[in-house]
Amino acid sequence: MLGNPGLHDVTETIAGLAERKETPIWWWVAMGISTPIAIMLLAVVGYLIWNGIGVWGVNNPVGWGWAIVNFVWWVGIGHAGTLISAILHLLRQKWRTSINRFAEAMTLFAVMCAGLFPAIHVGRIWVIYYMFPLPNQMAMWPNWRSPLLWDMFAVGTYFTVSLLFWYTGLIPDLATLRDRAKNLTRKKIFGALSLGWRGGNRQWKHYELAYLILAGISTPLVLSVHSVVSTDFATSILPGWHTTIFPPYFVAGAIFSGFAMVITLAILARIVMPETKNYITMDHLEKMAKVIMVTGLMVGYAYSTEFFIAWYSAWEYERFAFINRAFGPFAWAYWIMITCNVLTPQIFWFKKMRQSVVVLFIASIFVNIGMWFERFVIVMTLHRDYLPSSWGYYTPTWVDIATYIGTFGLFFTLFLLFLRFVPIIAIAEVKAVLPHAQPHGHH
Amino acid sequence: MEATERTTYGILAQFDGPDKLIEAAAKMRDKGFKQWDVHSPYPIHGMDGAMGEERSRLGLMVAAMALLGGLGILYFTYWTSAVDYRFIISGKPYFSYIAYIPIFFAVCVLLSAFTAVFGMLGLVNSKFHHPVFYSDNFAKVTDDGFFVSVLAEDPSFDKVQTKTFLEEIGGTNVEYLEGDD
Repeated sequence: MLGNPGLHDVTETIAGLAERKETPIWWWVAMGISTPIAIMLLAVVGYLIWNGIGVWGVNNPVGWGWAIVNFVWWVGIGHAGTLISAILHLLRQKWRTSINRFAEAMTLFAVMCAGLFPAIHVGRIWVIYYMFPLPNQMAMWPNWRSPLLWDMFAVGTYFTVSLLFWYTGLIPDLATLRDRAKNLTRKKIFGALSLGWRGGNRQWKHYELAYLILAGISTPLVLSVHSVVSTDFATSILPGWHTTIFPPYFVAGAIFSGFAMVITLAILARIVMPETKNYITMDHLEKMAKVIMVTGLMVGYAYSTEFFIAWYSAWEYERFAFINRAFGPFAWAYWIMITCNVLTPQIFWFKKMRQSVVVLFIASIFVNIGMWFERFVIVMTLHRDYLPSSWGYYTPTWVDIATYIGTFGLFFTLFLLFLRFVPIIAIAEVKAVLPHAQPHGHH
Repeated sequence: MEATERTTYGILAQFDGPDKLIEAAAKMRDKGFKQWDVHSPYPIHGMDGAMGEERSRLGLMVAAMALLGGLGILYFTYWTSAVDYRFIISGKPYFSYIAYIPIFFAVCVLLSAFTAVFGMLGLVNSKFHHPVFYSDNFAKVTDDGFFVSVLAEDPSFDKVQTKTFLEEIGGTNVEYLEGDD
């Protein structure tokens, strides 16, 4: 925290941002761009459902295309929010209080974008309820052995828990907005949303325990979600996919890309809302750059381990899969991935680079491009399997591209609404870690 | 309209900062009050001890529900795959419990989260209509105000003596929580 704010200053600054009478110009401009794109998403999804998934570029041999790449990419981005809110809470990292609220919001919106893809990829979306263990007319039950079903449970649970976690954190801050409301409508809306919160210690003691429990269960959850996502690949018998390294490798990649997205959004928030600079400081950005460097090294290590194991396995198909990755028809994607994910984070060895907003912003975009290509490279393993007669190439169609771009519209529309109407920094949590907030002799 | 009789539901006193509040809480505890609480914009460490509060039961509730959910989904996966709709896939046993662990885990987590949040909301006894909201000054509680409230239901509540006591232990802006409904 910079500027040594008092309790009242914190309330004024953060709640003030959510209470602005005049909507700033930048908000209208950004909304004006993102909303049409979100509407386009609706249109292309409608087009897809009407025509079937033949409008995508998927075919034999590449039966999985951009949809699963986008799904894994968006879920991965979401993981940083949970990591910040849950794992850093358990580790008592006080600096997280400034960034956890909007990182959690990012999680929710990213998981919404992610969840769209498995939902629309099923072809006959009107019978998607077969995925749920519901009694049906055919007296069938889902196959619990299938990673795709695990995925549905993992991602569904993840979204629900993230939403509950986010809302629990919001309750005291919604009460702040209620108590500051100037007119009856706002009083009623925030009065209802804050559930009659009155800041009593008999409330805080249950509240704090609930928060701790949510952090405690979210921590293994976030690790399990991306592990389960990786089993979609790892339980198959395809060379290049059938490896035990996938779960940890996917989790590290998820944290890597998620922190990059938090940096991107934090820098944008600092530019359009200079009031937040005292809360989202250079120190926060620098710490996140360090996380990116560490997880980037893990990801790079995983890439090299894959190659080593392919060689060490002495299995020609496994070896071929990896040589083909780096030097085959999709080599361009592989080297984009290596450049963005392994080389880019190395600049963060230098403090000067970690403290330059421009460098951080560009690097965070690079990391997210690189992580998209990582998933693309993995999925494209499909294009050459055992039989050369069944080899092929994959090209996305305009529907693939429009759907992916459309999810950005959805993400930013939701995020802009969040920036406009909700306290973007956890007011009560920031207050609790101010220098004089706790009584002397107690810590 | 004629002014109706206003009922006193309790007393609210403001304190100057967390240090004063925690001292006041210890004195309230020693005086033997039961229906009282301290209110602050954020949780204050050590307040449970000062108030003589017991640990929250929420942990037990969550553990019980997680166990129940875990056993429930274990039985459900067993019944659906080994009893009601048996089929062999990739040569695995009907009840392939090892492959069911991700589902088992997700259901345990889901039930724990629901119990943690809704259990907490139940335990905190939140009310849209609570006597403390009669005070206009109380709006500061979510900003920078620290308060002690005593409800009239408390056996040792006395309209005059309790008010004097709250002033003695350092309370300012001591006011009756009164409403006509």
